[in-house]
Parts: sequence; C-alpha cells; structure tokens
Amino acid sequence: MSASASLGTAQTEQPDSVSKLALARVFRFFESLAVPLAALLVSFALFGVFVAFTGNSPLDVYAEMYRGAFGTWFSFQNTLLRAAPLMLTGLCTALPARLGLIVIGGEGALVMGGVAAAAIGPALGGAPPPVVTLAMATFGMAAGALWIGAAGALRVLRGVNETISSLLLSYIAIALLNHLVEGPLKDPTSLNKPSTVHIGDHNMLANTPGFDVHLGLVFGIVACLVCYVLMDRTTFGFGGRIVGGNVRAARLSGLGVKKLVIITCCLAGAAAGLAGMVEVAAVHGRANASLVAGYGYSGILVAFLARQNPLAIIPVSLLLGGIGASGGLLQRAFGLPDAAVAVLQGTLFVVLLASETYQGRIRLVPRALGGS
Amino acid sequence: MTAAAEVVRLESTLDTSHVRARQPPLSLEAVGVSKRFGGLAALDSVDFKLTPGSFHALLGENGAGKSTLVKCIMGFYQADEGKLLVGGQPITVKSPKEAQRHGIGMVYQHFTLVENMSVAENLVLSRADVPRIIDWKKEKRELEEFMDEMPFRISPERLVRKLAAGEKQKLEILKQLYVGSRIVILDEPTSVLTPQEADEVLGMLREMAYQGRVSVAMITHKFREVVAYSDEVTVLRRGKLAGTGKTRDLTPEAMAEMMVGAEVPRASLERRELEGAAKFFELDKLSANDDLGLKVLEEVSLSVAAGEIVGIAGVSGNGQDELVEVLAGQRPTSSGSVRVDGKDYTPTRAQMRQRRVRLLPEAPLKNACVGNMSVAENIGFRCYDEPPNTSLGWLVRGSALRSRARAAIQEYGIKAPGPDAPIAGLSGGNVQRAVLARELTGEVNVLIAANPCFGLDFAAVSEIRTRIMAARNSGSAVLLVSSDLEEIFALSDRILVMSEGRIVYESKASEANMADIGRHMGGAHH
Repeated sequence: MSASASLGTAQTEQPDSVSKLALARVFRFFESLAVPLAALLVSFALFGVFVAFTGNSPLDVYAEMYRGAFGTWFSFQNTLLRAAPLMLTGLCTALPARLGLIVIGGEGALVMGGVAAAAIGPALGGAPPPVVTLAMATFGMAAGALWIGAAGALRVLRGVNETISSLLLSYIAIALLNHLVEGPLKDPTSLNKPSTVHIGDHNMLANTPGFDVHLGLVFGIVACLVCYVLMDRTTFGFGGRIVGGNVRAARLSGLGVKKLVIITCCLAGAAAGLAGMVEVAAVHGRANASLVAGYGYSGILVAFLARQNPLAIIPVSLLLGGIGASGGLLQRAFGLPDAAVAVLQGTLFVVLLASETYQGRIRLVPRALGGS
Repeated sequence: MTAAAEVVRLESTLDTSHVRARQPPLSLEAVGVSKRFGGLAALDSVDFKLTPGSFHALLGENGAGKSTLVKCIMGFYQADEGKLLVGGQPITVKSPKEAQRHGIGMVYQHFTLVENMSVAENLVLSRADVPRIIDWKKEKRELEEFMDEMPFRISPERLVRKLAAGEKQKLEILKQLYVGSRIVILDEPTSVLTPQEADEVLGMLREMAYQGRVSVAMITHKFREVVAYSDEVTVLRRGKLAGTGKTRDLTPEAMAEMMVGAEVPRASLERRELEGAAKFFELDKLSANDDLGLKVLEEVSLSVAAGEIVGIAGVSGNGQDELVEVLAGQRPTSSGSVRVDGKDYTPTRAQMRQRRVRLLPEAPLKNACVGNMSVAENIGFRCYDEPPNTSLGWLVRGSALRSRARAAIQEYGIKAPGPDAPIAGLSGGNVQRAVLARELTGEVNVLIAANPCFGLDFAAVSEIRTRIMAARNSGSAVLLVSSDLEEIFALSDRILVMSEGRIVYESKASEANMADIGRHMGGAHH
C-alpha cells in the first residue's frame, strides 16, 4: 500500500523527492546506529551493576574511565596506541563478513604477520630502514593473507566452516610462534622471554607527525579508508555485497564466488598481518609471546560493533582502545580486578550479539519518506 | 491435559483392542468445498468421498487444488464454503489436532521423524499424551503388541537415522495407526522413494485398507501408482472436480484427459516467425546431481532455435529446478555440455555477457535478488561493472545505476518507493518486474525462464508473458520451464516433457496432444 502511495510522489514531484531521498538516507544512517548504540548503553548499565557489587560507584568508575581514556593528552595517546592494531584486526572480521563469512581468526593472522615481519627484518641486515620497513610490512601482510586466505579457501573449496577453521588456525599460529621463538628464530640473548632477534632501533617505526604515537595509527586509518572505498564504492565490493546478500543471485549474475571469497579473506588476513608487523616494528622490536595480547579477539568485537562498516571501525576502535587504556587506572584507583575491563568487553559482546535480532526492526524513517 | 488429549487416549485404548480390525473406519466426505486465496479460487465447490476401507487416489496437476482440499480436511485451512462429514455426521475441523480427534491423520511428502531417536521413541513422542515420565518397559511391551498386529514390522530399537527411505515412510504410516488414525491422507508419499520402495509402501497401505484397518486417500500424479493400487480416483483440475470413479473403469488416457483437459489452450499472444533460424541454444547430454549426490538430470539433450520458445513441461520435482540451476551457474554439471551459437558455454560472468544469456528464475527474491540491496543496485547486477556505470574502470557510479533504475521503473511499471528502496520491500510482481527489467534490457540471445509467473497476479502474468514473447519475436532463443501447462501452451513453439530427470516427450505445440503430455508427465514412459 505505502509503496504505491509513495510511487506517485516519486514520479510527480521529482525535485522534492530528491531531497526526500537524501533525508531518508540520513534517517537510515541513524537507524543503523540505533541498535549498536542501545547495546552499548545496556552493557554499560550491566557493567555498572558489576561495579556496584565490588563496592564502587558506577558513575565514579565511568568518570575515571573517561579520564583514563580520553581525559588527558597522555591518556588519549595511550588510547590511540591501542586503537591502531584494533582497526586492522577489526577489518580482519569485517571484510569477510560483508561476504557472509564469520572469520574470528584475526589473532592468528596478527601473530603470523608479526613473526614473518620479525623474521625478515633482521635478515635484511644493513638495508636502509625504509626498505626494511617495507619488506616487513609486505611479509607481515603476506603471512596474514595466507592464514585467513586458507580459512576462506577451505570454506569455498572444501565446505569447511570458516569460523571454526580460522579459530583453530589461530592456535596453530600461536604454537608456531612459540616453536620459532624457542627454536629456529631464537635470539640466544633472550633468556627469560624467548624472542626473535631485535630488528634494530634504527629500523623501528617512526611516530605519527604531531603525536607521540607510532605510524601504525596511520596504517590503521588508511587501511579503514581504503577498505571502505573498496567494499562500498568499487565493482569488487559491489560483487562482494551480492555474494554476501545472496549467493544464488551472485551465481546467477555469473560472479566468481570462490575467487571473491578467497581474495577478500586474503585482504582481511593482510590487515591483521599488518597489525602484527606494527606490533613488532613499533612496540616490541621483536616477535615473542607478547604478540598474543588479544588484539585479534578484540577486533571481532570492533567489527561487530561497527556493523562491519570499515569507516565505523575507526571510532569504535578508539572506544575500545580507550576502554583498554583505562584498565590500569581502574585497578589503581578503585582496586578493581585486572580482568574488569575484560568483563566489560565480554558483556558488550554478548549484549551486542543478543541485540542482532533487533537489527532492522527499529524503524526511524517516517512513512512519508518511504519507510515502512 | 485437555479434552482433546482425553479423547485421543480413549481412542487409542480402543484401537489396541481386537475390535479394530473387524470394524471398518468411518466414511469421509467433503461436500461443495470452496476456498479462495485473495482473488484466486483454489477450490471451487469440490466434492470428495472416501469409502470406508478403500484406497482413493487424488490426482491433478500442480496447483489443481489437491493440497488445498487436503489441508481443508486436516484443518490447516478453513474452507470458505462446504462441509465435512465423518460417518455421515457433519464435523468442523479447526486444526490438525482436531482432525486427529476424528481419527484423520496425514503423512507428508517429507519425513517428520526425529532422525537421532529410535523407532520406539519416535512413536511414543508422536502421541498427544506423552507422560512426563515414560515407563519404557510398559511402552515397549505395548509397542511389541502393536507391531504384532501390523502387516509390517520395524524393530522399535532401531535408530530412525539408519532406516532406509522406504522404511521411514512405512514408519510414518505406522505412526498414524499408532496414534489412532483410521483415515490416513498421504501427500505424494512416494516422491522420495525408489520405485521398489514405493511398491512396498503402497502395497502395505492397500493391504491395510483391505483388512479394514484404514481408509487411504493419496495425493499423487503418478498414473502407475493410481492404476496399480487405488480402488477409486478423484481428479481435480484448476480447483474444480474434473472427474471421479472406480479406477478399474478408467483408462490412463481418460485420467490424463481429466487431469489436463481435452482442449489445447489457444495462444493469444502475437507470434512472428523468423526465417531459417538455426539451432542456437543446445544442451548436449547434460547430467547433474542433487544436493545429496544422487543423479537428478540424466543426459538431457535439447536445442532451441533463435526466435523459438521451447517449453519444458513436467510435474515439479522431476529435475526441472536442477536444470535451471545448472544453466544459471547455481549447480555444477557432472557431465555433458551447453552450447550457444555452436560455442561451448559455461555460466561465468564473461560468457553470460559475451553470449548474451539471461535468466528469469522462479522465486526472484530467493534466486535473483539481494533483498537488502536497493532496487537500483538489483537492477544493476548485470552491468554495474561496465561503462557508463563505472568511473576509472573500477568505481561504481551509484548515480548512473539510479538513473538507469528510474528509467526501468518507468518502462516496466515497477511500483517502488524509489530506486534507493530495498527490493525486499516490493511485492512479488514488482520484484519480478525489476528482474525482468534487468534481464531483458539490451540484446538477449538466450533467455531461460523458470515458472516466471508463479504466484503473481493476473496483470503481472500477462505482462511478463508478453515480454517473454517479445524477446522471442526479436530473435531470442527462449527455454521456458514451467509446471503450469497453460503457460507452456500459451508461449511455446515446441513442447518437451521432463520426467525423472529426462526428456521423455517432444512435440510441436500446434500438434501437441494433451493426453499424451499428461501421460508422460505422470511417468507413462515406464
């Protein structure tokens, strides 16, 4: 009924309908935000209950969290430092999700990327630092691409569930890391914490101009922008959306579904691999167990909160980076357990998954604009 | 525990007594049943009588009203007019549970058993009055007694998952007897069975009917089964009673004529003949498997000339869906080849574009559209990666797709709020119009259409058929797969019949014999 009624307006009032369409698009944008925002509020409320049980005032804790994350220039830089890898691991889940795949193996791709970068860095010896950085990034991305690309290939060629295979590949990656840092790639001088050889201070990643934060932040933001253009503006992304929306329609349109899936998974893995390279080249200087810091798993949360939109990943990464950055402060100021931040993240994830069923059911577009 | 459950329990205690086998089941009668869905009369004053202890076949094409009739009897639907009588007493049935109370049970085309449970567990589970705590010793003893009375026995211990398809279907029938049904209605019970299994199941049913345990009404379109097993037959055509009688008095030809009608529907669309059109679209011994790996297309060979519509008729489920899927690139072939204009064809994007092959699948929202993408994007599926819809060769120009869609919305009369509206919000007819706009724009060499008008209203149907005919008249080779014979006759130049994955009959539309077509659709080539 409403379809036929508004058809009249669409055809007879052409100039008016253009502005109406633009307005409808604005409403749709807010519609898509409504559910994740509501989920965010609900989980903050639930975490508040948890905080109250520890004998603290939730409001005080939230105020302190804000201070610890965004309150000062120093704390904000700390947040940015944590947000950088989250942007890249968030892409690792978000890109395949556009094609209908749930990949949760960002941690493995990050670890592999870190190991590959840490292996190639020292091997280049006296090459100029930009060359070393480029080589490390290339190797890191290639290793990550191999890892998630394998999960994608298993899916389309053998019918293996990509969620399970990518998770299991993460365990393999971590085991491989442990083997390499204790065996073939071990730096003999690293006794307490087996590590690879340090890449050398001159090869460490420079800071982002104007910030006390390494270039990884730039990598993350650029990667999100590039992926946004790729998935939302290019023919490749268009094909990917058809595959993600309806595989049968994609086949009918003659699209190479397998190829699209494998390429997208490789890109996703490359993003996480780059995160691993950044961790090595900017933070640790070498690959060791510190690489397994959970950025890969937090990236899943980032992607879901961002509703798999590469642009939205940037602010969401800042938010979750901020939550992570405030963890230490909470411990010191309120005596909250170290895991408190993990409780918040976990709550957030569960509430978010539960809220998925409401997606698309909240209607903000007025009927006059073609809403239903 | 409701009164309904009380009655069922009462009946099932009656059933386990020796009285059952002697006393025939009650008669079932439907008088003047009508059922309308919107503007469509699915059933128009249909009479149906099931004699106690008989095996009655209900015959008809897809959409003839068999299922609707049965669903009215079972209480899934409420008839608009008419009444139901059991044992001469009028009854009202509001739900399958109430039908069960009157001793009417149904066996469906697909199994309703729990695969990971045993036969005994499945049977007990099906009862209306499953106790909270099950006394398995007692249940098993009673089950043994029950099985002893049956003409066929399945060990209660066996896991359903390990039963063969035929055994499962027999278990479904046993289940009906176990819960006390005396009138059993079966909806194409043999469609998932091999012919041997079908014979066993139907043989058992007939045996039970002869013993006076049950009356059987079976929906089918296989003449072989009707002739071999049924006592009486009722034929429906387009929602009306087309004929009824004793099976032994009727020949398959007579039944086929009742089923599809004697008169060949006349095509009303304008046809323009092309001179000397060569074979253009060819399938050569094309074979494919279904999702379970069973052969579903067996060496299908056919050819369609440019400017010709070849219609494939057949009862649905005989491989037509899979044939279309293969041609649409949605299902791999196991052997054979497809050629367009003499050149090998595989359904990739490049070849679809180069050879100008387009498809109109049935259920467009499921097969040809992405529901949450916009009308403009959906209309652009074939051309979003070509100029003028791209810039720099790899960026999609949304504005170009939108203006293209606006033109299509005008030309094809698509009722949509605008090019940016998600296509899932459109009505079925308008989704199909949007797909039509996408697939028929530009030059089309080969068009494959599958039930293109299924479920659409009258206006949409005539418009879509006109467009298909126009494509033919402008030189497209059209392969039309439809389970609607009227549609096949309205559009086709040549008619093929598909049965059990093979082409079993071919005729020019002008010389086609309805009875022959009906017989072959029913599997008369055996």
